[in-house]
Amino acid sequence: MMGNIFQRAKALPLSGKLGLALVIFWLAVALFGPMLAPYPVGAFVAYDVFDGQSAKHWLGSDYLGRDVLSRLMSGARYTVGLAAAAALLASTSGTALALTAAVGGAKVDEPLSRFMDMLISIPSKIFSLVLVAAFGSSLGLLLLIAAFTYIPGNYRIARALAVNLAQMDYVQVAKARGERRFYIAIAEILPNMIHPLLADFGLRFVFIVLLLSGLSFLGLGVQPPDADLGSLVRENISGLGEGALAIIAPAVAIATLTVGVNLLIDAIGFSGKGKGQ
Amino acid sequence: MSATPHVEVKGLTVTARNGAGEIFPIVSDIDFALNRGEVLALIGESGSGKTTIALTLLGHARPGAKIAEGSIRVGECDLTKLDRGALAQLRGNRIAYIAQSAASAFNPSRTIMDQVVEPALIHNLMPRAEAESKAVDLFRALALPFPETIGARYPHQLSGGQLQRLMAAMALITDPELVILDEPTTALDVTTQIEVLRAFKTVVLERGATAIYVSHDLAVVAQMADQIVVLNQGRIREAGAAAQILHAPADDYTRTLMAAARPAVRPAPPKIALPAAPLLEIHGMTAGYGKIGKDGRPRIPVLRDINLTIERGATLGVIGESGSGKSTIARVIAGLLPPASGQVLLDGETLPPGLHGRSRDQFRRVQLVFQNADTALNPAHSVGRILTRPLAFYHGLKGNAARMRVLELLDLIRLPATLIDQPIGGLSGGQKQRINLARALAADPQLILCDEVTSALDTVVGAAILELMAELRRELGIATMFISHDISTVRAICDDILVLYAGTMVETGPREAFGVAPFHPYTDLLIGSVPEMRAGWLEESHAGIAPPPVGGQGDHPDLCRFLPRCPARVDGLCNTTPPPRRPLSKGSQILCHLGDESLRPS
Repeated sequence: MMGNIFQRAKALPLSGKLGLALVIFWLAVALFGPMLAPYPVGAFVAYDVFDGQSAKHWLGSDYLGRDVLSRLMSGARYTVGLAAAAALLASTSGTALALTAAVGGAKVDEPLSRFMDMLISIPSKIFSLVLVAAFGSSLGLLLLIAAFTYIPGNYRIARALAVNLAQMDYVQVAKARGERRFYIAIAEILPNMIHPLLADFGLRFVFIVLLLSGLSFLGLGVQPPDADLGSLVRENISGLGEGALAIIAPAVAIATLTVGVNLLIDAIGFSGKGKGQ
Repeated sequence: MSATPHVEVKGLTVTARNGAGEIFPIVSDIDFALNRGEVLALIGESGSGKTTIALTLLGHARPGAKIAEGSIRVGECDLTKLDRGALAQLRGNRIAYIAQSAASAFNPSRTIMDQVVEPALIHNLMPRAEAESKAVDLFRALALPFPETIGARYPHQLSGGQLQRLMAAMALITDPELVILDEPTTALDVTTQIEVLRAFKTVVLERGATAIYVSHDLAVVAQMADQIVVLNQGRIREAGAAAQILHAPADDYTRTLMAAARPAVRPAPPKIALPAAPLLEIHGMTAGYGKIGKDGRPRIPVLRDINLTIERGATLGVIGESGSGKSTIARVIAGLLPPASGQVLLDGETLPPGLHGRSRDQFRRVQLVFQNADTALNPAHSVGRILTRPLAFYHGLKGNAARMRVLELLDLIRLPATLIDQPIGGLSGGQKQRINLARALAADPQLILCDEVTSALDTVVGAAILELMAELRRELGIATMFISHDISTVRAICDDILVLYAGTMVETGPREAFGVAPFHPYTDLLIGSVPEMRAGWLEESHAGIAPPPVGGQGDHPDLCRFLPRCPARVDGLCNTTPPPRRPLSKGSQILCHLGDESLRPS
């Protein structure tokens, strides 16, 4: 199994390898970052604010004189962890509902689809703002908000795929064989939509990173002294005029994370298709 | 005729690059020549390179492919030496192309006339008004209905056969020196094919066009070609005058092709001593889509009043053109479409109408084999997984026992055991169809419903599948319902035949009855439309002659469905009274007002 994964990684095109490297890098930062960070997250360690790069502070200092590198290494955990968990939750529940709709016939499909249309019409930022205002910001709530917001989108995509696949001859054969709906959904339909769903997962992940960063930017996301990548950008916004590393570094971090995930997922979908031919 | 041929291809080699970046030839060392006004046919199975060669005559190679060597001369130009601009000047002007599927070659959002005159306008050959009047002349020459007004319609308002002829009009509007026809009738029903072929032949003869006709069907080619080039795997196997190739083929491969085109008639297996009830009976079945109305008919009826029986181990052939409802019969029996009324009995027991309520054993006894193995086998599964599932589902076989049985099945369908762990994607069309069949056999069924199992395959591969099915039937005694649009195949392998037209059974009987006239007028048309492998058949065939005029049609729902196309219709009878079901002395039963004495003798 491990060898298989290694071989597939080797077969990826260059862009995929780059994406894979970025993803592994950010996963490693998320897992081990807080342990390796040179200074505690909230410690004031520099005498100057918006200090430039130096041997003591590789990425300079922020608006309060804290070490940017340390804050970045601790912040990545929130962004990567929250976004991955929320994207996984959104994709699995959306896809499960979509499969139910595809094999359940019009009686299940219609109400479910209309309900999802209703959800999709709620603006995600306003919805998050209301919930955060009502319950106060907490990691659990952020996770639920992000997942819930992106279930309908995933459902739409997965349902469109599943409904098409449910018309395929091999599904008809399975039905005529007397197979149960659960088997048809899991064994016949799901394996054939996994690649587009992976691409969709990548997109959802990126959207959620941006949503969480946006919320943090508004001050409603992860609360100080902890910070995710979005709040790092926000709290250092006053350094923008000086072109401080403190604001550039977290922005670049968000960009490399999202671009890396997309490169990897595009490459996986591509090589998977190539194999099927 | 001039001494130098009009079109000359010499030493043509087209290469492509495979996934690993290696260059390999698709076709190599192709030489042929034809004089002005001649028709040359390129014949071969899929993958033989016939379309690749046809496209090179437009100076085109498909993406990834390249014309590597050789010369292609049309008139005085060598196409391999022209640049893009010069080629664009030739295409659609001096060289025209007619594609296989006209339905997808027309733009659905523009009128027919807009598209037919487009080549003439693009090349600035004539003003629009002149082009339009020329188009109308062509419509008339191609025997299209309403030639003056048909141009104002949109593609979706016309049938496949009409679109194919309109595409010919589009190609001919510029009076091209060379017309390339790429399988122009392959996607059509036989009864439509004969009309289109007639129209093509008239137009090609009248205009003295030089043409290259690409096809896999020798009998069709026999009607059109002066010269035939037989291709196999990118090389010329045999080339020569049409008569020589058809009557005295010199190459083994040509002989294989000829043999595959004419299915051998198989003797009926000895009748097994029959238990009381036949295996499958259908009584008064009506089926369709949409809500069922007050009169017990669905809103969009597909099948009306179907009655049939299949004995144990027997083969019933169901034949009809596309849209006649023949696949729907199989879907109803399999439970995928509950009938609106009527009963399906298996072994004397009534089957529940839909999937719901059928027992696992009832599911097991009836197995469905779809036409297109590419879509009938799940591409995400391996061969072993596909064959193991019915074994586990119906017989509870697991692990090693299941694997042993899968190997037995692979042996039964003559595939190597090494395929067991292969994904479906890597198999050839014929191999996939065998797996498709083996999956049905894995259930250990009593009845297999075969829906056009050979029509997506090349003739040679299809003949091998038919051979295999006949053998399996002899060894395992499984009854088959064989659905097909090809009457010669059905006549060769089935014990009983049912002819379906627009959802009604127009003729039923043992296969012997389908060898002698008289036939129901529709059966007669079907049989008469199958091209024979000799030149001149097209001119002699009586199929597709215009029906006699009749007055207005009554609105009775049970009037003869074939009435609008029937050459034997009787005014005042057929258009007012529903036809009775009557026996013919040769042993079949027909749905017609006419009987033995008044139907066309052979």
